Amino acid sequence: MRRDSGGRIDRSRVLRFTFDGRELTGHPGDTLASALLACGVRIVGGSVDLGRPRGVFTAGAEEPNALVRVGDEPMVPATTVELRDGLEAWSLRGRGRLGPALPPGGARPVPGAPSGAAGRPGTDRSPGAAGRPGAGAPPGEPRHDKAYLHCDVLVVGGGPAGLAAALAAGEVGARVVLLDDQPEPGGDLLSSRVLLDGGPAPDWVSSVAARLAALPEVRVLSRTTAIGYHDHNYVVAVERRGGCRLWHFRAGRVVLATGAHERSVAFPGNDRPGVMLASAARTYANRYGVLPGRRAVVFTCTDSGHEAARDLAAAGVEIVEIVDPRRDGSLVVGTLADREGALAGAVIGGAAGERAAACDLLAVSGGWNPAVQLFSQSQGRLRFDETLQAFVPHLSAQAERSAGACRGVYGTAAAVADGFAAGSQAAELAGVREREVFRVPECDEPAQSPPAALWTVPARRPSPDRPAGAAGTAPAAPDPSDSTAEAAHGPGAGGDAEAFVDLQRDVTVADLGRAAGAGLRSVEHVKRYTTAGTGAEQGKTSGATAVGVVAALLGVEPGQVGTTTFRPPYTPVAFGVLAGRDRGALSDPIRVTAMHDLHVARGAVFEDVGQWKRPRYFPLDGESMAEAVERERRAARTGVAAIDASTLGKIEVVGRDAGEFLDRMYPNTLSTLPVGSCRYSVMCGADGMVLDDGVITRLAEDRYLVTTTTGNAAAVLDRLEEWRQTEWPDLDVSFTSVTDHWAVVAVVGPRARPVAEALVTDVDFADFPFMTCRESRFGRVFRISFSGELAYEINVPRWFGAALWEAALERGAVPYGTETMHVLRAEKGFAIVGQETDGTVTPQDLGMSWIVSARKPDFVGRRSHSRPDTARPGRKRLVGLVPDDPREVLTEGAQLVASPGGRRMLGHVTSAYPGVALAMIRDVRAGDRLFAFDARRGCEVPVTVTDPVFHDPQNARRDGDPPDVRLEPVRGYGARSALAGFGGRFAAAGSCGAMIREVPLVPMREARGEAPVEERGRKGLRLGPDWWLVVGGRLVAGGPPGVDVSGQRAVVRLSGPRAGDVLMTGCRIDLHPAVFTVGAHTRTLLARVPVVLHRIEPDAYLILVCSSLAGYLAEWLLDALEGL
Amino acid sequence: MQLIECPWCGPRDEIEFRYGGQAGIAYPKDPAALSDEEWAGYVFMRDNPRGWFHERWFHVHGCRTWFSVRRHTVTHEIGRDPGSPRREEFG
Ligand SMILES: [Zn+2]
Repeated sequence: MRRDSGGRIDRSRVLRFTFDGRELTGHPGDTLASALLACGVRIVGGSVDLGRPRGVFTAGAEEPNALVRVGDEPMVPATTVELRDGLEAWSLRGRGRLGPALPPGGARPVPGAPSGAAGRPGTDRSPGAAGRPGAGAPPGEPRHDKAYLHCDVLVVGGGPAGLAAALAAGEVGARVVLLDDQPEPGGDLLSSRVLLDGGPAPDWVSSVAARLAALPEVRVLSRTTAIGYHDHNYVVAVERRGGCRLWHFRAGRVVLATGAHERSVAFPGNDRPGVMLASAARTYANRYGVLPGRRAVVFTCTDSGHEAARDLAAAGVEIVEIVDPRRDGSLVVGTLADREGALAGAVIGGAAGERAAACDLLAVSGGWNPAVQLFSQSQGRLRFDETLQAFVPHLSAQAERSAGACRGVYGTAAAVADGFAAGSQAAELAGVREREVFRVPECDEPAQSPPAALWTVPARRPSPDRPAGAAGTAPAAPDPSDSTAEAAHGPGAGGDAEAFVDLQRDVTVADLGRAAGAGLRSVEHVKRYTTAGTGAEQGKTSGATAVGVVAALLGVEPGQVGTTTFRPPYTPVAFGVLAGRDRGALSDPIRVTAMHDLHVARGAVFEDVGQWKRPRYFPLDGESMAEAVERERRAARTGVAAIDASTLGKIEVVGRDAGEFLDRMYPNTLSTLPVGSCRYSVMCGADGMVLDDGVITRLAEDRYLVTTTTGNAAAVLDRLEEWRQTEWPDLDVSFTSVTDHWAVVAVVGPRARPVAEALVTDVDFADFPFMTCRESRFGRVFRISFSGELAYEINVPRWFGAALWEAALERGAVPYGTETMHVLRAEKGFAIVGQETDGTVTPQDLGMSWIVSARKPDFVGRRSHSRPDTARPGRKRLVGLVPDDPREVLTEGAQLVASPGGRRMLGHVTSAYPGVALAMIRDVRAGDRLFAFDARRGCEVPVTVTDPVFHDPQNARRDGDPPDVRLEPVRGYGARSALAGFGGRFAAAGSCGAMIREVPLVPMREARGEAPVEERGRKGLRLGPDWWLVVGGRLVAGGPPGVDVSGQRAVVRLSGPRAGDVLMTGCRIDLHPAVFTVGAHTRTLLARVPVVLHRIEPDAYLILVCSSLAGYLAEWLLDALEGL
Repeated sequence: MQLIECPWCGPRDEIEFRYGGQAGIAYPKDPAALSDEEWAGYVFMRDNPRGWFHERWFHVHGCRTWFSVRRHTVTHEIGRDPGSPRREEFG
């Protein structure tokens, strides 16, 4: 029932909502729970196992009963749902079930619609949503995001202690963030009638909030729940805005002011709707202006229960009786129920026997549990306080301090003083030297006496002539029908079997007794055996009670039992909130080459290789993959074809000792390689196993280009850096990734030369031997082959890649993709790292003993090649396989056996294409007959072992056909910047306080060394101790030393007053203007991709990002602007 | 998310780093002179203490510096490491 006045609600406005279809009303300021109580809704659901009726039990996030579905939110506490107009809520009864798939937007399933894709709305990604430009969450779903923030002092909880702590730290100049889970700060003071300095407590809250709001370095986040406290003061919180924002805070110091949760007592029938925590009843009366009942019995072990009784009486509730075991040993030992099962009376036991008192509200205070969840997550240790009868923080593990009720300091004035001390200390320890003068307000609260140590009431012997749960004399029931109703409600076992410890999990004192009887002693075991504390509220109302009951059963102190482990999250979090914007097109960074748009326009089918999108094949109208691949293969074998090979890793290795360094890292000798020559090599780990392979070219005496596989480029670069820095720092050598700088088109086939000649007009192709490299004004050309055919790999700076690709295709080259590339190399017997190899394969196993130099004393991995296991006979080796049926495609991974039904697995198929396969097999020779067991088809396919080189074993085709045509030569290539296609969208997105522009085609060089590189027109960005990026200036011959990386990175300018708000959603470094100052630059991660971030003005940044990732980052930035 | 102090960039989130395993295990001067067992010790065997551990990190998404720290494997406390990132001689 709603009071006529009082509370922090706006009675002038009416909000309409429905509960289980019933139309009801409330007011702004209400929670769903307070509005339901105001409308007289006592039963809000049925319990999970026993189906007992349940009502609102608390007024906060710890609610175990009033869990409801609100719209698409499947299970939220009604006590935390702010009422809004049009809200639709449904009660939950019994166990949850996985429902049928809901289409995006949350509409109910349409009859006849396919329901195959299971999951919550939006978890299945429709192609349309994934392809929508800038798409994060599918349309119609709330937009969640993340943000990262650093602060000196993080205060969790906006009650009296937290407010005082934030003020203490904030007014001396510390960077403070205050988190509070309510719509407005104040905590318990919003529910309180105490006077502070003679005025209402909310007035004091308002004055503190105003002082905080005036501080520029203080940020107060309301509706924000801290859910996790992780290593090194990393706190994660959920802010409820339109969608949710997942905040990640890194704090110098943390002040936990999380308050305390009241607990119940485990007496029979303590789960009736109408039984409510005393503090919750007081909150409903004071804060929400709602009477949770008309006639109340208060059962309290604490002074706060008496305060609740006073406040309820003041609000107009008739207090029938206050039962306080501290006074006379009397207890509530049972309850009476009405026809629906809701509370109709309390059974009070004492020295004079048992008697019933009619009531519709039983306000219970069993004591207080400091909210130590976050403290425990931080790995702090608890102790059990005998006086407080509660677990309290004992030893901190991190730069943290608890303040106020969460460490057992009760009372408003004491909490304010404690919070202020904690805030002052935190600011000082975080390095702020000022001291703030502060006066703790005068408070009219009486001094508090300790609570009774009461967890459960003594078990009584139920007598058969009494209705279950209604021990004692027949009640003076307010309604004559009640006693029959009680009987009709069904005889329970009574006693301990109806004394609930965990309301959400329906765990009773009897259940805990069974666990103890079964021999379980550890509270962790009891939890798992009974499920107590495993519900959505994670034991907030039940945990301490369970410990107390178990301790009593075992005859020990609660401190000896200890608590179960508190784990994040503090409150349940939807998966969508954890995902944030990392969904749909932004679910994972993607890398594309300079030719990507052309591949898309040509209808390429893509495959993912690491983060790269690579064309797998280019189907013409109606072609299947097999048909397309056969056509592409034929072009490469008999005519001319082209593949976009830009994704291969490319590393320039520069320095006086570059050759020596490579000799130590690779099995063959590279220091003797002539300038302009190429050599194939593999890289081994110290364990001798093949890690990667590629071609190494000597560009100059002190300069090599190393290529890597597409997927291992970063790992190889890291490894080179590791061995240089940690083993051989004396060697003069450095490494620069140029993977994104170069766009590469491999022109392949017997008729490749005329095309290559036309594309690169300043190279003499008549004098261009196999495994050599030529420099050109366009770039570089390598005569290397991964197919066995004549092939030229043409490298141009990325700006010109698209033009090069089109020019090659215009001259007759047939585009082909990775599938054809794999077929071509398999026919030639070339292994692919990661396909033929799996980390257990040596170069010798691959038949590459020739690559291992006999002359060099050592290289990384050599010693392992003579270990007993690697040197033994009978290791699996690379061989070819030919199935009897030339159309047969063996199954990759199929095991090979010597005879049908054979049990000894000789090896497995590693690559398979029509009629040919590669395999790793032991103890076989060419001509052996084997059987490939195909588990998928359940049959054994007969095969013959062959040499792995199927195609042109004599290498007769390597030089191609004699050139017989001259194609039109290319005069030059037009440049295209990495984000050329985004100009219009950037321009259209600039009206929200931040704007994006590409700074196109900026020449850049990377240089190494200790001396700064500063030249006219060139700005040196120092990226590492001896790593410089020189940005700008004209590209001229004989420019500054280093490596040209002009195509490696795209430059984006992000500016505007809200530029920082954009970066905050994806960048983890501290961007505070006093820390990341104008002119500062650093490498870091933005939107999960590596960038160079450079602050050029207070509100303007340059973002340098790898060209292949620029499109992804642009989509991410546009999406971020959309969310501002 | 641990906070790791890069000697060049200062404290950064763990996600910017790559783990480099136990520190202080140098590549042997003459691998050929080692017995199979000694070599296997270098390649495969590492300490796994409950407590302080001397380990290497690589600031892969920052300045690309390899360095070593002492970190407590239970509390994740990170202490300053007076040693250089260079590996020490093995055995
Ligand atoms: Zn660094």
